Amino acid sequence: MREFDYQRAHDVAGAVALLGAALDTRYLGGGTNLVDLMKTGVERPARLVDIRELPLDLVESTPEGGLRIGATVTNGDLAAHPEVRRRYPALAQAVLAGASGQLRNMATVGGNLLQRTRCGYFTDVTRPCNKRVPGSGCPAIAGDHHNHAILGASEHCVATHPSDMAVALSAFDAVVRYETGAGGGELPLRDFYLPVGDTPHLETALPRGALITGVTLPPLPIAGHSRYRKVRERASYAFAIGSAAAALDVHDGVVRDARLAFGAVASRPWRATAAERVLTGAPATPETFAAAADAELAAARPLEHNAYKVTLLRNLTVAVLTELAEEAAR
Amino acid sequence: MAVSTSSVITLNINGEKHTLPVDHRTTLLDALRERLDMTGTKKGCDQGQCGACTVLLDGRRAVSCLQLAVAAENREITTIEGVAEGDRLHPVQQAFLDLDGYQCGYCTPGQICSAIGVIEEHAAGWPSAVTGDVRPEAGPPELTAEEIRERMSGNLCRCGAYVAIVDAVARAAGTAAGPAGTEEAAA
Repeated sequence: MREFDYQRAHDVAGAVALLGAALDTRYLGGGTNLVDLMKTGVERPARLVDIRELPLDLVESTPEGGLRIGATVTNGDLAAHPEVRRRYPALAQAVLAGASGQLRNMATVGGNLLQRTRCGYFTDVTRPCNKRVPGSGCPAIAGDHHNHAILGASEHCVATHPSDMAVALSAFDAVVRYETGAGGGELPLRDFYLPVGDTPHLETALPRGALITGVTLPPLPIAGHSRYRKVRERASYAFAIGSAAAALDVHDGVVRDARLAFGAVASRPWRATAAERVLTGAPATPETFAAAADAELAAARPLEHNAYKVTLLRNLTVAVLTELAEEAAR
Repeated sequence: MAVSTSSVITLNINGEKHTLPVDHRTTLLDALRERLDMTGTKKGCDQGQCGACTVLLDGRRAVSCLQLAVAAENREITTIEGVAEGDRLHPVQQAFLDLDGYQCGYCTPGQICSAIGVIEEHAAGWPSAVTGDVRPEAGPPELTAEEIRERMSGNLCRCGAYVAIVDAVARAAGTAAGPAGTEEAAA
């Protein structure tokens, strides 16, 4: 591991000043991803700015009826929070579906959004990887890609974003708040992650040096009837091979409104807007749900070894929406 | 600003303060084992995947291999060496002994620290990934064997002592372990 300077920030202004525009400085939250990547040499910061003691550790109701979640709230505290569980149950479920209890107690909301892909070529510094070393190539396309992207990828990178939390946040129109030395700003989560294209090393639209200060969830009554389902290769403590966050508002057997997002299928949480359009106004039946999934997955471009994900996501969509519809009928 | 790659830090471990110089790259796990001779905390994968290095930070379970020692200043650190009260074992330790919740014992300190955390998280009403209804109105889930298995999934046991581990956690939590049962194993 490269030697590094360590600074502890005590307020947000101090933190962004410490980071400045230095390319090789990183904010340290829970460290569950960053420290791991430093050990393997994927990340080689010259300085860490520890933000864990910043006063960004609260979950608060907004006057409009949404929630403001601080960037240093741990995943454990987020999933346990009564208002998260009451108003956005799929968010609590998504967080609980990720990692282990120990890691959830360390990992923070800001860090969760910024975690890196678990693609085996990205994490192995002896292999080429366009995300780690731009222009070096992507061995995954002709290699091990059984858990890689089927949507929105490019010939330069087929890695997936590993977060469960971000899938639920995406379904619920979350907005990321950040601070820079030149002032603060907001980014809707749908604009937060950049398209892959030929620049897979550029992952977010955050300005250079920006510190994520939190995430705002809008008031969203439909989210009270939501669910997160995750499919993985073992029963617990594994990344998804496909997941879905869904919310459904059904009245007299007709879908009045729907939210749907997929995980483990793209370089970002994948908001399924084409599916949502099919769902809205249609009868709440398995046929509608399958048609909605098909509308979204029509854009899928699977590789040789991950075409199973198209079927998996279709079935997952039908299952989770059917559960929500049955719940609504009770 | 002065740039330095090492610092003199003070760690609060099991109620005692320890002051030591550390290279910033030192993890809490290595500080405990290599610098402070507290070898109860074990190094397994060193990647946050196996749970052998689990300790309690401010009362919450965490993996010490991904925790930088310098960033653990101002935290209350509890290791396996600090969970008993004098000669009286912690109830989780006693349950692991009584029910043979181990074979070789290497993962056991991490299992025990994790189980202490699990029991406190459950007592605080935290749901898990197998909790059917996470809404607070549904009330806290019963700590069934399924709940224990999910909540303890961050601790691997290469000997495969999982059945007895689940029983031990259930006994320490004062609940029935569900289908696996606890009474026969105790006999």
